[in-house]
Amino acid sequence: MSGETIQITYREAVRAAIREALDRDPRVFLMGEDVGRYGGCYAVSQGLYDDYGPARIRDTPLSECGFTGAGIGAALGGMWPIVEIMTVNFSLLALDQIVNNAATIRHMSGGQFHVPVVIRMATGAGKQLAAQHSHSLETWYAHVPGLKVAAPATLEDARGMLWTALTDPDPVILFEHVMLYNRAGTLAADASAVPITGAAVRRAGTDVSLITYGGCLFKTLEAAAQLAAADIAAEVIDLRSLRPLDDATLMASVAKTHRAVIIDEGWRSGSLAAEVSARIMEQAFWELDAPVGRVCSAEVPIPYPKHLEDAAVPQVPAIVAAAKATLGQ
Amino acid sequence: MTERFHMPSLGADMEAGTLIEWTRQPGERLAKGDTIAVIETQKGAIEVEVFHDAIMGRPLIAIGDRVPVGAPMAELEPLEGAASPSPSAPPAATGAQSAGGRAAPRGSAHRPEPAAAAPPRSATPAAASAAARPRHRASPAARRLAQRRGLDLAALTGSGPEGAITLADLEAAEARAGQPQPAPARRPSGGKADLAAMRQAIAAAMSRSKREIPHYYLAHDIDFTAAAAWLERRNGERSPGQRLLSGVLFIKAVALTLQAFPELNGFHRAGRFEPADAIHVGCAIAIRGGGLVAPAIHDADRQDLDALMARLRDLVARVRSGGLKASELSDPTVTVSSLGERGVDRLYGIIYPPQVAIVGFGTPRTRPWVVGDAVRPRTLVTATLAADHRHSDGHRGALFLAGLAAHLQAPEAL
Repeated sequence: MSGETIQITYREAVRAAIREALDRDPRVFLMGEDVGRYGGCYAVSQGLYDDYGPARIRDTPLSECGFTGAGIGAALGGMWPIVEIMTVNFSLLALDQIVNNAATIRHMSGGQFHVPVVIRMATGAGKQLAAQHSHSLETWYAHVPGLKVAAPATLEDARGMLWTALTDPDPVILFEHVMLYNRAGTLAADASAVPITGAAVRRAGTDVSLITYGGCLFKTLEAAAQLAAADIAAEVIDLRSLRPLDDATLMASVAKTHRAVIIDEGWRSGSLAAEVSARIMEQAFWELDAPVGRVCSAEVPIPYPKHLEDAAVPQVPAIVAAAKATLGQ
Repeated sequence: MTERFHMPSLGADMEAGTLIEWTRQPGERLAKGDTIAVIETQKGAIEVEVFHDAIMGRPLIAIGDRVPVGAPMAELEPLEGAASPSPSAPPAATGAQSAGGRAAPRGSAHRPEPAAAAPPRSATPAAASAAARPRHRASPAARRLAQRRGLDLAALTGSGPEGAITLADLEAAEARAGQPQPAPARRPSGGKADLAAMRQAIAAAMSRSKREIPHYYLAHDIDFTAAAAWLERRNGERSPGQRLLSGVLFIKAVALTLQAFPELNGFHRAGRFEPADAIHVGCAIAIRGGGLVAPAIHDADRQDLDALMARLRDLVARVRSGGLKASELSDPTVTVSSLGERGVDRLYGIIYPPQVAIVGFGTPRTRPWVVGDAVRPRTLVTATLAADHRHSDGHRGALFLAGLAAHLQAPEAL
């Protein structure tokens, strides 16, 4: 590293990653709804159409099943497609392509074919886009063997995960939380590829492990700062990879803190938080000094009104309260 | 090897005891049978004894702590150079701690262990008997640490979520254990039983007995004339303090008769009969103001009448003043109840579980009785047997009462 840094937003970091991929390998192309002339509904691909042209920045019809299938077919044909699905809510139309084709073909072909497609999806609530645009369904994909699922939350990961995902021979799904796109910060000017597996300790602590990913990472870090003011040293773990989960990092943290709270914008029932909690119970039961806590979204379709939307998803005070509860406070 | 002394069970009706006093201090040498502590039970303040020679070790509970039967009370260190004896008291201990010692999960190597400050650990995890005590709310990590350190969760109060005992509570308890014990509290009841509590205990034991034990009852009128005359002669030569009561004749005669009836002398445990290897007669003794206890006269078949009388007087005095020993309450293998001077003709006893028999005596009184061809005034006493039909039958019971009658015809041989 040169030590030189730049100011950048998450959106720009993702865009820089796409540019790097397009520059590095001619097999790479981007396709999705409004990614071309419009510049992407979250403006991630702004300017790419002009620079790379319609062959590599391809607008598609409003048909997730169709264009995701086309992306999978292109990957089978030797391309490295980046498929952008506007939000995870719409990806349900493409579930059959992703679950029944992308995830299975390597196995069903006896390893003769692999599907190096990368599917980017926006996810999460916070922009008052109501129930059909705001859900966090990451866990549905994290459930499926044959997929790798990652959730870049930091600028480094937004900048670095895409290339690694493209070079992976199997389908990778990248979740970009809509509330992260505008986050700005400094990034090494020469930032490049990072692994798409493995969790990261974003803040070290000894009293409670706060385990989260994606859009909840910064709320959790804020909660950890508030807890520190109350003399509680919270460790914040960013899962980064939702499939596979990095059990070793999680269990090492729980072995140190003996307490865990999982913060997950998904609904509680059958959530990633449930999976992580179960694994802690299976692998670190005798380390636990308190029941594992969870802060998840209320089990309602995400509401449109701002105050209700805020109330429905994990917020800092709830994270602080859950962490304190594990300490009997 | 460090062992632990557990809260003894002083009968089927005892669930827990409260520590009133340590009578021995850590480091003191103990001989089998020494009293090491006084506990408050529903039967009053009871002295508890060690089961073998040892050195008094670290206390695991504090004065005033109420802990369930089977909970560890103190550590016992082996005598210098002595082979580790096996404790004769079966440690009825914690299901709670039994699951602890498995391999640590991944990552546990990172776990900070304040090993330097650790007190001596008990090397023998208690055997499990999950039913012996209620489950304490304690975190898995606290359970594992308690198991490793030989700490008793029952003695702690939790500060964690929902009142659970946590690692921090254990550390605080260890810190406290390193400090001097508070001065012994005054015996809450002055050594005497709390009558309401005793009533509850009797109610529980007798209800259980009537619910679970299929009693059969036999009664037999025994000619007590010869024995009464022998007693009168003998007591006439003695000062009042040396006189024998008819009760000791009954106790001795029952004990001698039981030698031939092992199925009436022992315990019903875990669905089976366990014959006792000695005859310890529990003597029902009424407490002034209400309630009763039945402490043991040990080896009643092997003691002479004067020794038995002395023991009986001693027991009566201590029932009334406090100071019964734990073994006296837990050891009886059979019970004898005599309503002596109270004038009833016969009593039908309720078996005290887990015993399997109780022998009752009414008041000896002069009644018309056919001797040969004539009706004569004779002194008669009615003996009854209530026995557990799971382990004996009326036929054997009848033979027992006949044998008892025979023994009472030869009082000088008792």
